[in-house]
Amino acid sequence: MSLAKKINHFFPLMLLTLAASIAATPTKAVEEVNVYSARQAFLIKPMLKAFTNETGIKVNIIFAKKGLIERIENEAKNTNADLFITPDIGPIYDIVNKGLTQAIESPVLEKNIPSQYRDPEGHWFGLTSRSRIIYTSKDRVKKGAIKTYEDLADPQWKGKICTRSGKHTYNLSLIASMIAVHGEADTEKWLKGVKANLARKPQGNDRAQVKAIKEGVCDIALGNSYYYGKMITNAKNPEQIAWAKSVNLLFPNQADRGAHMNVSGVVLIKYAKHKANAIKLIEFLSGPMAQYMYAQENFEFPVRPDTPRSSLINKYMGKFKPDTLSLTVIAANRSKASKLVDKVGFDN
Amino acid sequence: MLKSTTVNKRWLIGAFVIALMVALPVASVFYLALYPSENIWGHLAKTVLPTYIVTTLQLMIWVGGLSIIIGVSTAWLVTMCNFPGRRLFEWALLLPFAVPAYVIAYVYSDLLEYAGPVQTTLREFFGWTSYQHYWFPDIRTLGGAVLMLSSVLYPYIYMLARASFLEHSFNIQAASRTLGCTPFQSFLRVSLPMARPGIAVGLSLVSMETINDFGTVDYFAIQSLSVGIYDTWLNMNNLGGAAQIASFMLIFVVILITLERISRTKQKQFNSADRFKTIERYELLGWRRNLASLVCLLPFVVGFAIPFLLLSKYAYENFETSWSDEFMTIAGNSFLLSAAAAIGTSLIALILAYSKRLSPARGLLLSAVRFANLGYALPGAVLAIGVIIPFAAFDNTVDSFMREYFGISTGLMLSGTIFAVLFAYMVRFLAVAHGSVESSLAKITPTMDMASRSLGHNTLQTLFKVHMPLIRGGILTGALVVFVDCMKELPATLILRPFNFDTLATHVYQFASDEMLEESALGALLIVIVGLIPVILLSRTITASQKTH
Repeated sequence: MSLAKKINHFFPLMLLTLAASIAATPTKAVEEVNVYSARQAFLIKPMLKAFTNETGIKVNIIFAKKGLIERIENEAKNTNADLFITPDIGPIYDIVNKGLTQAIESPVLEKNIPSQYRDPEGHWFGLTSRSRIIYTSKDRVKKGAIKTYEDLADPQWKGKICTRSGKHTYNLSLIASMIAVHGEADTEKWLKGVKANLARKPQGNDRAQVKAIKEGVCDIALGNSYYYGKMITNAKNPEQIAWAKSVNLLFPNQADRGAHMNVSGVVLIKYAKHKANAIKLIEFLSGPMAQYMYAQENFEFPVRPDTPRSSLINKYMGKFKPDTLSLTVIAANRSKASKLVDKVGFDN
Repeated sequence: MLKSTTVNKRWLIGAFVIALMVALPVASVFYLALYPSENIWGHLAKTVLPTYIVTTLQLMIWVGGLSIIIGVSTAWLVTMCNFPGRRLFEWALLLPFAVPAYVIAYVYSDLLEYAGPVQTTLREFFGWTSYQHYWFPDIRTLGGAVLMLSSVLYPYIYMLARASFLEHSFNIQAASRTLGCTPFQSFLRVSLPMARPGIAVGLSLVSMETINDFGTVDYFAIQSLSVGIYDTWLNMNNLGGAAQIASFMLIFVVILITLERISRTKQKQFNSADRFKTIERYELLGWRRNLASLVCLLPFVVGFAIPFLLLSKYAYENFETSWSDEFMTIAGNSFLLSAAAAIGTSLIALILAYSKRLSPARGLLLSAVRFANLGYALPGAVLAIGVIIPFAAFDNTVDSFMREYFGISTGLMLSGTIFAVLFAYMVRFLAVAHGSVESSLAKITPTMDMASRSLGHNTLQTLFKVHMPLIRGGILTGALVVFVDCMKELPATLILRPFNFDTLATHVYQFASDEMLEESALGALLIVIVGLIPVILLSRTITASQKTH
C-alpha cells in the first residue's frame, strides 16, 4: 500500500526528470561532428579528445558493434551520422556497397594513407593496420617449423592448434584471403585440415588463445598482432605478461605473398550534416599525432608511412612482408568464407 | 446496455491501437524476412541448421526443466514448510534475478578456467602440473550454458509459483491433509496442478529469455539459433535471411505457447473467500529440515553470492581506475530509463488486459496482444532493427511532408532519442508485465465486475475501485520485474541510444566484450545493486499479498 503510494508520488517527478534530460540533449550552436562507431569507444576516445582539444570541434559518439549500418540506412537523408568508424574491412565494404557513403578528395589523406589502405575512389580510408599472425609455444614448437597459414593444415599439428570462432570477423577475413589465393575448393580442404588439428572447440578471444598456449592446452594459435603489445605491457594483469612471454611471433608466408593484413577504417556518410568537420576529423586521425597515439596506445600499425611503429612492436616484430591483396577482394569473399566455416563444421 | 457496449468498444479500439503500435517492431522483422539478399535455407539445411535447432531445443528443455525444478521446489518449501532460514530464503531466492546472464557467464568462466582459482588450487593440492594430467568439466559447453542461464532465470518461476501457492485456498490444502496426503503427496496432487498457470507463465518467460540470449551462448561458443541469426546478418550480409531465422524462431515460440494454453483451457479457477487465511505450514523435522535449507541455499549461493562476492572483489581492487564521475550520470540514466519503462509497460499491460476482459468479441484483440507479446522472444539487436524501421519511416515521412508544405525540416524526431530506447524496452518486456497483470485479473471472478457495474460504476471506476486494489500486487510485480530486466538490457540499448549516452549495461559491455572483467566489475556490481532494490520490494509485495486485505 505505502509503496504504491510512494510510486504514485514519484511518478510525475520521474517523468519530469526524464523530459528534462531529453530537453537537455545538446542542440546546434557548437561546432560538432557525429560519429557512429562499430569500434569500442574506449579505444578511440583518446584520439577524439585530442581532436577536440586541437580544433574545438565537439565529437559525439555512439558505439555498437552491429546494427549501426541499418540505422544509417533507415534514417536515410535525415541521419545524424557524419562518420562511421569500423574495426575491420567487412562493415566498410557493406556500407559502401549500400551506397550510404560519399567520396572525399583530400590531398592530406592521399599523402597520409598509402593507396593499398584506401579506396581508389575515395569512399573509405584505413586508419590503422594489423596483421593476423601465428603465435607458437617457445618450449614446444621449434622456430621455423611453421612458415605459412597453409602449414596449419599439416597433420603433424594434430591436436595442437587453438583459435577463436571461425565466424569471427578476423578469421573470416583470413579465410577470405585464402579463397582469393587458392579458390574455394582448396580453401575448404585447408580449413578441414585446420579443423582436424584443433586442440579444442573454437572459443574465447585472441588473447585467450595465447593463454591456452601458456597453459599447455595447445602449441599454436592464430591472433592479431596488436594483442601481443597489449599483453606484454599489461601491468594491471601481470599474468598476461607471462602468457606473452611463453610464445614466439611468426609472420606467415614471408617467402611468398606476405602476412594477411586488415585495417580499421572510416567512411564519410552520404548525408553528413557536418561534412567539413568530418573531413577534418578523418585528416586528424590519419595525421601524425593520432597515428602516433594509435601506435603507442593500441599497438596497431599506423597507416601513415612516416609515423614510427611502437618501439615495443619493432623490438618483437621487426620488419615483415605484408600481403598486398586488395582489401576489397577480401571483403567480397567474406560471405563465401562464412559458408565454408559452416560447411566444414569448423565451430562445432 | 447500448451505452455500456459503446464504452467497451472504446476500450477495445484503444487497446487495439496500442497493441498494433507495440506489434510494429515484430511486424517489421516479418517484413524484413520477405526480402532476403539470397535464399539462405538451402545452405543452412545442408550445414548448420540441424545443429542450431537441436542445440536450441536442448538449451530450452534443460534450462526450462532445471528452472522449474529449482523454482517450484524452493517456492513450495518457503511457502508451505517451516525450516531454518525460511524467512531469509523467501527473498534471498529472488536475488539471482538481479544478475545479468552475461555477467554470471563471465564470472564463472573466470573462476573455473584453467588459470582460475579453483583449478589452480586443485593442481597445487594434487601436485598436477599441466592440462593433460587431469580432467575438469569445461564450463564453455552446453551444460555450462544451461547451468548459467538456469541459475539466473529460475527466479521467474520461483516468483510466479510462490504467488500461486500463496493465493490458493488453504482449505483445499487442509482437506488434502485430512484425507491422508503426506506433504509431498499434497504438493503433487493439489499445489502443483493449481499453480500450473503461474508456472506456465514463468516457464514461457524463461524459454523466451533462453531463446533470445546471445551474450552467454556466444561467450560459451554454443551453436544456437541466435548465433545463426547474427552470423547470417553480419557475416553473410543477409539481414532478410536473418529475419527469416528470427521469424522461424518466433513461430516456434507461438506453437509452444499455444500448446500450453490448449492443454489448460479446461482449467479455470477463481479465488474463494478464504484466500487470506494464514497458512499452516508443515513443520519439517530431522534431516528434512537440513535438506530443505540446503535446497534453498544452493541456488542462492550459485546464482548470487558467488558472483556478487567476486564482482565486489574485482570492483574493490580496481576501484581507482574504474570509478569516474560519469558513473553517477550513467547509473542515473539506467535508473530513470528503467523506471520510466516499468511504469509505461505496466500501464499498457493494464489497458490491454482490462480491455480483453471487457470485450466479449475479442478474437482480433487477443491475436493482436499475443502478437505484440512476441517482442520478448526476439534477440535484442533484431528487435532494435525492428524499432529503427518504423521510427525512421515515420520521421522521414513527416519530414518530407513538412518540407513540401511548410518548407521546414523536422529531421529525426523519434529515431536516436531516448524515447526509441524506451519504446524498445516496452515492446521487449510487455510480455512480462502483461502476463503478471493478466493472471491477477483472471483470478477475480466476473461476478465482481457485474456487482460493481450494477451499482452504477462505469468501466473506469470499476477498474480503479474494484480491480486495482485486488491486482495491485500483480501490477507491481510486473513493473518491478520489467525494471530489473531493463537495467540488464544491452543489445537494443546499444543500437538505439542517442549520442554520448551510456547505461550501466552498455558501460560494462565495452570492457566485458574485450574480456576485461576486472575493469567492468564495478559497473556490473552497480547493475546488481540497483537491481536489488526492486527485487527486495518484489519479495515484500508477494509476501504482503497474503497478509493485507
